Amino acid sequence: MTVRMNLWLQIVAASMLVAAQQPAPAAPRPPAATLTRPASAAKPVAADGFIQRWLLLEPIRVPGQLTEVAVRGAVEKDFPVTATPLPKDGDTLAIGDSELKWHAVDTTNYNVNLYHFAYALNKPTSNVLFWAVTVVNAPREMRDVRLAIGSNAASVWWVNGAEATALYNDRQAVIDDGVSKRLTLKQGANVIRAAIVNAGGATDFCARFLDEIDRPIKTLTATLTGR
Amino acid sequence: MTITDALASRLVVSVAAACALAAPLIALDGQPGLHDPSTVIAENGKYYVYATGNGLPMSISDDGWSWRRAGGVMQAVPGGKPGAAVIARGGNNTWAPDVIKVGDKYFLYYAAPGTQPKAAIGLLVGRTLDPGSPDYTWEDGGPVVWSDGVEDSNAIDPGVFHDPTNGTLWLTYGSYFGYIRLVELNPKTGTRLHPDRTPVDVAINSEASIMIVHDGWYYLLVTHGSCCQGANSSYNIRMGRARKVTGPFLDNTGIDMLQGGGKLFLGSGDRYVGPGHFGLLDLGDGVQKFSCHYEADLDRGGISVLDIRPLLWREGWPVAGDNVKSGTYEIESARTGTALELAVQGVPVGGARGRGGRGGGPPAPGAAPPPPPPPIPAQDPSQVSANWPTGAAAVRMSPYMLQAQQKWAITAVADAGGYPGSPFFKITIAGTDRALAATADGELAVLPAFTGAPEQLWRIDQLADGTYRVMPKAVPNSKVPLSLSAVGSSMPTLAKFTPDSDRQRWNLRMP
Repeated sequence: MTVRMNLWLQIVAASMLVAAQQPAPAAPRPPAATLTRPASAAKPVAADGFIQRWLLLEPIRVPGQLTEVAVRGAVEKDFPVTATPLPKDGDTLAIGDSELKWHAVDTTNYNVNLYHFAYALNKPTSNVLFWAVTVVNAPREMRDVRLAIGSNAASVWWVNGAEATALYNDRQAVIDDGVSKRLTLKQGANVIRAAIVNAGGATDFCARFLDEIDRPIKTLTATLTGR
Repeated sequence: MTITDALASRLVVSVAAACALAAPLIALDGQPGLHDPSTVIAENGKYYVYATGNGLPMSISDDGWSWRRAGGVMQAVPGGKPGAAVIARGGNNTWAPDVIKVGDKYFLYYAAPGTQPKAAIGLLVGRTLDPGSPDYTWEDGGPVVWSDGVEDSNAIDPGVFHDPTNGTLWLTYGSYFGYIRLVELNPKTGTRLHPDRTPVDVAINSEASIMIVHDGWYYLLVTHGSCCQGANSSYNIRMGRARKVTGPFLDNTGIDMLQGGGKLFLGSGDRYVGPGHFGLLDLGDGVQKFSCHYEADLDRGGISVLDIRPLLWREGWPVAGDNVKSGTYEIESARTGTALELAVQGVPVGGARGRGGRGGGPPAPGAAPPPPPPPIPAQDPSQVSANWPTGAAAVRMSPYMLQAQQKWAITAVADAGGYPGSPFFKITIAGTDRALAATADGELAVLPAFTGAPEQLWRIDQLADGTYRVMPKAVPNSKVPLSLSAVGSSMPTLAKFTPDSDRQRWNLRMP
């Protein structure tokens, strides 16, 4: 959600908030306009390096606070990330009283629109936590690369089980907003996980890897089966 | 140097004595006292400068910040004084030298005035600047140009210029009496290339001339005003530019320097009176500095001292930059506009509160409007640091919101060395001792306390566009110089400086 919201945008956001809190209508909604079901085994990253294939977990209701303490509390509450097996499309997960489902998606854009994702499923879009997972396949070992992400709003990211970067507070998804320290991608499969916490309004994320001189890496592919 | 500059050489003696005392960390450190400095020149990591005085005094610095007197050039000249031909054309004095390296030779030009305007400019040729080298010697190259005491010229104050566009070598010279003149030199010998040709007049009413080139323009920098009267000296550096090395050199208003034109480059300011004798120090990677002397450094009792400052460029003209002064700053990425901060949860200045400043609702009819709310004081780290990590902490970048974790005290560190023009700095969260440091993996951290370790000392060079390059003195386990660099909007790191990128360019703003 923008931090420079004018009155008109506040009204729009408020209406979105209200809409998101309405009881889900019985009729199914049309599929998300920017998301499709994967139709191939692997998807090369986009020309500008963005990862376009992800497994998304249906949103978890959280208090919607975006401070570092609140975000980390929400992330760690129900989901010990490093100990969780890699999910697959259609897997379900019991969180509290809810049973949430993993969905495989390809995005047609540089970013993954989580609002589209949740709205199409009649799921809440505000005061929620989204989990996203993908497997990035590297043709060779790549040293001194960086995971570069943008998220609306806060997010925490892991590469092969190690936390890589995090962003807190209310923010838009800006390309390369959060960048990890230098890390190594293994040859073959590398698991990327993300937790995105949204308070209200639009919510999305984007992610790519940068090489040692900060150029997008274009030789990666994304799959959903690292096992 | 003016025609009255017999005072100058006497002044230098007193300057040297004064500089033997402990000097404040202002315009250079150590023994910066001198008058009429040459261009500062580097060889094998050391910096050299030459000045007016008996035997042509020489100063050496290991880092460009702390200087020491190192005897005189004439000690390495056979006979210990200007050659007989130089003395015959001019006189016995040795003033206002300039030096340049062309190929494998150093050419050192110096003024040898007699009773001005009878004067000559002599040439010395050397293979090294290092007095400790077995190859160290200066050979007399004879007089290059001279003035006979009648013609409209006073052949002192040489300034040598090697044109990078075509390899030609030029000498400007002169002082008030008559013209500033230009002759072409032989790059192989340092002597005049066409001694039969009449010198080109390029300016009047000035001295201490020298030329530089930038983006297809030749810039002639000269010194106007009077010297050698301490804080009563009106010295100031002015300039014009031309498309050809021979001029005409016009100032920003279109007035030819032959008619007295000259755009101000640097006048008196801060605690310094009377800057003069510009010299270019190009450090590579687009980092340029200039040297000058001030007639009076008020913090050093009014003596004349050397200084080295950043050289900036704006709208086609050189601009005198300022070395960083100790103070509290926002460190903002020129690339992203976000500010370096300790990676902690920020607290709004004044604490969390609702929307203010919109006037609230209308007052009740007849009621006096409510008084304006009181000012909100600046945020102090003691108010908000209870949950900050006690050990090493991460750094990141965020929108600047005047919060305590975003304000950095940049403080000169005494006796820790420096770089041309400036000492090293420590960079700490203002109001704390939490110090920014380079880490062994080429990243950044904020450590609980400043220890003086090389990875906690920072070099801050102002670049041509006015932004700053920020470099740790050393990176653990690395011999590669690295600079503070922005990756994305929120991630600072260390990376090799790339002049054509804005990743390593930072603005320092006073909060």
